[in-house]
Amino acid sequence: MLKLPIYLDNNATTPLDPRVLEAMMPYLTEVFGNAASRNHPFGWAAEEAVDYARDQIASLINCDPKEIIFTSGATESDNLAIKGIYEMYAQKGNHIITTTTEHKAVLDTCKHIEKIGGKVTYLPVNSEGLIDLAELEAAMTPQTILVSIMYGNNETGTIQHIREITAITHKHGALFMTDGTQAVGKIPVDVQADGIDLMAFTAHKMYGPKGVGAMYVRRKNPRVKVTAQMDGGGHERGMRSGTLNVPGIVGLGKACELAKQEMAADAARLGAMRDRLEKELLTLEESYVNGSVERRLPHVANISFKYVEGEGLMMGVKDLAVSSGSACTSASLEPSYVLKALGLSDDLAHSSLRFGLSRFTTDEQIDYAINHVKEAVTKLREMSPLWEMFQEGIDLDKIEWAEH
Amino acid sequence: MAYSDKVIDHYSNPRNVGTLDKNKKSVGTGLVGAPECGDVMRLQIEVDEATNTITDAKFKTFGCGSAIASSSLATEWLKGKTVDEALAIDNMEIVEELALPPVKIHCSVLAEDAIKSAINDYRVKNGMPELEMAKSHH
Repeated sequence: MLKLPIYLDNNATTPLDPRVLEAMMPYLTEVFGNAASRNHPFGWAAEEAVDYARDQIASLINCDPKEIIFTSGATESDNLAIKGIYEMYAQKGNHIITTTTEHKAVLDTCKHIEKIGGKVTYLPVNSEGLIDLAELEAAMTPQTILVSIMYGNNETGTIQHIREITAITHKHGALFMTDGTQAVGKIPVDVQADGIDLMAFTAHKMYGPKGVGAMYVRRKNPRVKVTAQMDGGGHERGMRSGTLNVPGIVGLGKACELAKQEMAADAARLGAMRDRLEKELLTLEESYVNGSVERRLPHVANISFKYVEGEGLMMGVKDLAVSSGSACTSASLEPSYVLKALGLSDDLAHSSLRFGLSRFTTDEQIDYAINHVKEAVTKLREMSPLWEMFQEGIDLDKIEWAEH
Repeated sequence: MAYSDKVIDHYSNPRNVGTLDKNKKSVGTGLVGAPECGDVMRLQIEVDEATNTITDAKFKTFGCGSAIASSSLATEWLKGKTVDEALAIDNMEIVEELALPPVKIHCSVLAEDAIKSAINDYRVKNGMPELEMAKSHH
């Protein structure tokens, strides 16, 4: 028997893998030491566990374990990387380049940088969500210290041309930082091959626990340093003070180990499931995929259904836990800024659904989701005067709507 | 957002969804709202000229659950009423009946506007002067 509602909001967070929980359990109970306690076995056991996790994480993204800085999550890592670079490299310049479709953790940090006197360029994206490499190159100046561009987008799954971007960045002597939150553990991310200097990522998007994340900071070619944003005991090579969250770190480590082992198989299975879901939903007239179809995270689909209203649609798919580009699901009145940056009109942005599949998603759940969404969209369209007008061939843009 | 049972009932089992022949003299059509605002309501009434009574009412709505419920409820109320009685329907009656929260009061306003707009269309078609829109909340 299928359990409802079905969770398809795995870009928001993933469930904890039972194997991760199992690895964490001893560190929530008997192995409770402070990893910074160097003078007794309780501390040693904790430190050993942290070191092991560092190895597991480094192995996933192909870096040196010393290049991993533990944080509370990707938001903190984004803040630490951007603000930390801005302060550390103030002598060199004050210009940062990012994109309009970044997560708020990057965008709002950049706005903060602007408030304290920095300059930020926000690159636009095309209809697939990709930046124009020539525009990036044109935006580079001698004062550019950092380019911060996310690896895979949280709303559409669009994957940027990271290697081309890092090549341009380095050619102009700047550092490259990426928000890898949605990509790490889902697709191969190799900081060496990709040329990444800093990267933010988190455990809870890859079947690990909430409240723990990491920042990768390059130590060689070049040696990158960030100014700490929190004063304290000087943990994590002085970049991030605070007693280490040992059980969380153990969980992040285990999640990375599992990702390394299972990523390829998961991606193939979820990609096939996602494609089936998408293909079926696109049989509905006037439905559109948002973002790049070719360059996309395998577990993500974002689809707009024209002539149905977003909030009504969310109410109609009550058996699914999904996200919507509609403002009605959030505090602001504006629909998704990411979808609007792709050039979507307000109504198409409002009537979008984001599906995020996970390691635990089943074919049976996808079958249910397909029928449920089809039924809801069909029913709402039968009720929609706009759908009727569209079918009669009336151009809705030419109607003078009574403002209200 | 938590919807009231009545909103959920109207959303799940909307009454009187459909289309009346807008070219008929006895039919009045009201189309209010705008797509970019997230709500468009079309409400239609069919009036028996002899008795000035609404014999049928249909709606189609593009909007949230509360907008659908407001227009569905409106059609239920309209049937059997005289045009004058229909004109007296106040949006706050819809708010009360559906237990709409403050952020959804505009849905009831839109329904009231749709009723008045449909009646006006009927009046104009039948050589009567257009009514002044008494209420303008927006």
